[in-house]
Amino acid sequence: MNTPTVEPVAVVTDVAVARPSRIARLRSSLGPAGTAAAIFLIVVLLIAIAAPLIAPYDPDAQSLLSAFAGPSGAHLLGTDDLGRDILSRLVYGSRTSLLGPALVVAVALLVGIPLALIAAWYGGAVDAIVARIFDLVYALPGLLLAVLAVALFGPGLMPAVVALSIAYIPFLARIVRAAARQQRVSPYVDALAVQGFGVTRIMVRHILRNIGPVVLGQAAIAFGYALLDLASLSFLGLAVQAPTADWGVMVSDSNALMQGYWLPVLAPGVLIVLCVLSLTVLGARISGERPQPYLRMRRATRARVGTGAHSSTTPTGATP
Amino acid sequence: MTTNAATTTPLLEISNLTVHLAGGGDNPKPVLDGIDLTLAPGESLGLVGESGSGKSMTVRAVSRLLPNGASLDGAIRFDGRDVAAMSAAALREYRDTGVGMIFQDPRAHINPTRRIGAFLTEALVRNRAVPRRTARDRAAAVLAEVGIDDPDRRLRQYPHELSGGMLQRVMIASVLLAEPRLILADEPTTALDVTIQAEVVGILDRLRRERGLGMVFITHDLDLALAVCGRVAVMYAGRIVEFREADDLHRRAAHPYTLGLLGSRPSIDARAERLNAIPGRPRSAFEAGPGCAFADRCAHVRTVCHEVRPELEPFDDGLVRCHRVAEITRQEATV
Repeated sequence: MNTPTVEPVAVVTDVAVARPSRIARLRSSLGPAGTAAAIFLIVVLLIAIAAPLIAPYDPDAQSLLSAFAGPSGAHLLGTDDLGRDILSRLVYGSRTSLLGPALVVAVALLVGIPLALIAAWYGGAVDAIVARIFDLVYALPGLLLAVLAVALFGPGLMPAVVALSIAYIPFLARIVRAAARQQRVSPYVDALAVQGFGVTRIMVRHILRNIGPVVLGQAAIAFGYALLDLASLSFLGLAVQAPTADWGVMVSDSNALMQGYWLPVLAPGVLIVLCVLSLTVLGARISGERPQPYLRMRRATRARVGTGAHSSTTPTGATP
Repeated sequence: MTTNAATTTPLLEISNLTVHLAGGGDNPKPVLDGIDLTLAPGESLGLVGESGSGKSMTVRAVSRLLPNGASLDGAIRFDGRDVAAMSAAALREYRDTGVGMIFQDPRAHINPTRRIGAFLTEALVRNRAVPRRTARDRAAAVLAEVGIDDPDRRLRQYPHELSGGMLQRVMIASVLLAEPRLILADEPTTALDVTIQAEVVGILDRLRRERGLGMVFITHDLDLALAVCGRVAVMYAGRIVEFREADDLHRRAAHPYTLGLLGSRPSIDARAERLNAIPGRPRSAFEAGPGCAFADRCAHVRTVCHEVRPELEPFDDGLVRCHRVAEITRQEATV
């Protein structure tokens, strides 16, 4: 230790360099399914942003002469009953279909996180009141609330979004509160208080940061549900209105014509399903859920039986 | 008590501190019972006693870290200011510049998801408006002072990448960086092995002296307290039972409990077949009767001990809380 040799330093720097890159670490923590889901969602997001550049046609341009066209070179996914290009409508539809749930999750987080953190920090009566309010709102079905809002304010995206936002607050805030309560009693919180930091800073910069993955994961799952809920409402004609391109609206428009002519219904439907699935998978991975514990267990058991040792439980690839 | 405390205004003055915790039932449980302490600037004071004797609770009261539902009577004055009456802003300022706390388990008391550099510089940058780069340089300098090699690399590491001893040095560094006037060290070395312990205490003691900081040092280890502290308060069941100069404690300990503690240590000089133990089990403050808390374990107990509560009274240059201390010491002397 005392002899100043060069070697230990070299070893140390090697370890530092050997740390995998940010992307590689992200990939390994998301797993194959999570990575695929993330890539799919990024692609959808990019398409939504760059819709005018990607869509081959105006999504609302009608051409009754070319209605009900099948897939062709001109219309890759064919046209609908009014001769509108289905691909273009899907591309533009991604905008409203993603904007709605994004608003719902954003509002629910903005309202829910502060309430949840305050409840977790102060505990006692404050916590009891806030938690009971969460329970109360949680008991209200979101779709029903949205239908009520539409009945009061008329159909449209905004009333539906506002109603769903309220309904989604407890879905997110309950998780935040539970995770924050766990952090609240950690000794490091006391230590921070003694360093002279205020309540807000400890809550936001330390507690919220530490529970970030849980919040983000739950937000992703909520995004998927909100997407599905808004698509349902649009399908029912309560949220996004007919001429506008929206996946839910598209399923609804072509629903009556589905017999023998399935593409206009199936294409937006498949996109909805894929988005919700990806968000759920990604959300679970972000919040640290391990996929397929059953399969893992079986594989581990098999390995143990095969070698007669606990080799499967030792981490592989770890640097000595 | 000491000439030091009499001439200068005390840095910390605790008078008749009594703390009750909200128990499961209706009646709150007492955990501290009439604590009186004074600490001069730059002085080092030891608090020793068994688990549950109220040592930690005393320093937690000083930093206002009592658990929810705890009630506090008596006064804690820091530099003349009443700690219990401080507003939220005053409390933050007091915790930032007044007291610094070193905890027993550094791994639990440092946010595990943030780098050492962030942990060390956050208070400087946030509370003192020190530029980030300057704060980082100062953190690296203090890390070097507490004996950590390659501080720049350590600043980039996470707490889990450091050993326990290393992390405790980091915590000491964080307190030194804040340069508080009073350090509250709550068993800072209990989680470390003995050789590291000596090293860490040595560093803490040296840097504290260099900077002239006051310290309240909590420990189970009587010898450790005698080595680093000027005066030592022995606590039992939420009360101080004996208070005297550390150099004196070996020779002039007078309270039966202190004598028991001293007698129960193994000695490197004399071979012992069997270590002396104090009979019975440690009592908590809420189990104490109307009389002396130590009465039912004491070899010298009389009826009065069970019935009348002894006060902390001057005896042989120290303070002792015992009815029979004069008799006992006379007995011992004649034997």
